[in-house]
Amino acid sequence: MKSSKTAWGLLAPTLIILGLVGLLPFIYVLYVGFHDWMIFAKVSGLVWAGVDNYRELVFDEDFLAALGRGLRFTIWTVSIQMVLGLLLAHLLMKKFKGRGFFRAIHALPLTVAPLVVGATWRLLTIPGLGPLPFYLNKIGIDYNIGWSAQQAFFTTVLMHIWHWTPFVTLTFLAGLSALPKEPFEGAMVDGANQWQIFRYIFLPMLKPVILIALFLRIMDALRIVDEVWMLTGGGPGTATRYVGIHIWRVVFPMTNYGYGSAMSVLLLYFIIVVCWLLLTVITQAKREAGT
Amino acid sequence: MKQSARRKGLKQVFLYIVWIALTLITLFPIYWMFLISARSRVELFSNRNLYQTTIFWENFVRPLFQGVYGQYVVNSLIVATGNTLLVVVLAVLAAYALSRYRVKGGQNIFFWTITNRMAPPAAFMLPLFLLYSRVLRIGDLQLYDTHIGLILVYCVFNLPFAIWLLKGIIDGIPTSLDDAARVDGASTVGIIRRIIVPLAAPGIAITALLAWIFAWNEFLFATTLTSVKARTITTGLVEFVTVVGTNWGEMAAMAIISLLPALLFLVLVQRYIIAGLTFGAVRE
Repeated sequence: MKSSKTAWGLLAPTLIILGLVGLLPFIYVLYVGFHDWMIFAKVSGLVWAGVDNYRELVFDEDFLAALGRGLRFTIWTVSIQMVLGLLLAHLLMKKFKGRGFFRAIHALPLTVAPLVVGATWRLLTIPGLGPLPFYLNKIGIDYNIGWSAQQAFFTTVLMHIWHWTPFVTLTFLAGLSALPKEPFEGAMVDGANQWQIFRYIFLPMLKPVILIALFLRIMDALRIVDEVWMLTGGGPGTATRYVGIHIWRVVFPMTNYGYGSAMSVLLLYFIIVVCWLLLTVITQAKREAGT
Repeated sequence: MKQSARRKGLKQVFLYIVWIALTLITLFPIYWMFLISARSRVELFSNRNLYQTTIFWENFVRPLFQGVYGQYVVNSLIVATGNTLLVVVLAVLAAYALSRYRVKGGQNIFFWTITNRMAPPAAFMLPLFLLYSRVLRIGDLQLYDTHIGLILVYCVFNLPFAIWLLKGIIDGIPTSLDDAARVDGASTVGIIRRIIVPLAAPGIAITALLAWIFAWNEFLFATTLTSVKARTITTGLVEFVTVVGTNWGEMAAMAIISLLPALLFLVLVQRYIIAGLTFGAVRE
């Protein structure tokens, strides 16, 4: 087959680069995950441990709690981002005065580095310096993310939504830009209203892109580190210590490489399963709707 | 007729109110960052106003001209632009292959590419560090602390993202156009260049923009895989957090500066993609 050869030729550079910087490190992490390896341990170097790390992990309450927190964070942020992104993309598609301006403003948070987003929000919310606690206090709301676990959680959620909704919107706009115009024109001619166009043309045609945005948001939210780390440091207590931050703490300050690697592999596996299930459910639904 | 016009007017007003409210919410944290960059250390803790009449220029001048941050900005520009070019070219080729050909295991390859982006970063720093400083080393030549090293490693998160986004877009382009060109004797590369790229141009522009922003803002890889020569501006920002306390003013100032190139790129791409989005013209 000649055409298949062409396809492999087109894929080759991608596969080589991802193999080098993606697959090789993964194999190494997988290998380390079956070992005990701590920098400050009596025995230096890797010691074979079989599946001990994984056995321990399944009953590790700290890890499971961090995973649960990460999941809760992901569900809150991603669902709100998707709805907002969809609405905004729909609104930004229409022509109105100042559209370019609003679109640029809306995308602005995306240009700020996650680290800086964390720092900025910390400066907004730090008790004694930030304007948020100061002005909220004036209207009688006691706001202190260094103390209230609930407030800290929702502040990270709010920050994440503020930062990443533009990503969803832009992804949808990218998808929209390649769609044929005829169905929209046809619907207009047939006198369909806004809602019908949105529900029966916009949504189904945008489905592949919606799926992509959903995946990317889920995986990025589940493994989040730097943004939340800058804002709360994972606190107060363990309130915002999401699973990515938990692994970070095990690998770097505690230098427990073996256990950290096992955690990473398990989390990666978890994310893959979640995405695979979503993919199956959504493509299944499409097939059923099609018949 | 008159009533419907009034209703339309009301709707318009409502829409503008929504947009203005959203704009204020979006801008406020960035505005606050600007306020902090314009205040001295003392002023920072005493002045709680939401406006500013003076600018404390030292926050900008000292790090940019007396420190190493100017060089860091240049490094970031090289790495982000290099990575974006590489990613967009490779992703268009790969997405086209996955969209148009029935490759054995194509679905699995497609899914595998995205799993590269799913990995939690912490544990993957060590193998990448070893790979860059020990394994791929010829004498003094190594990937550690080089621009090309960062350009390659950023493919881990940018390439899968670009392939997925572009495949969705290329899937939307009717295959009849390819077939027609093939009948006319165009090669595969010719089809990609003359049909796919122009039609997917707005999508490619957004992909490039997002990839560039991801690369420009990346922190964890940059801080692990560079030391002096290839350090980027985001790693520089953390250097303001020191044991004697954080220099918020200078950090905010550098953050503002690091935001400007991304903003410029954003505005340029936006202007370009608006041309591709023509539904609005149909709608009115």
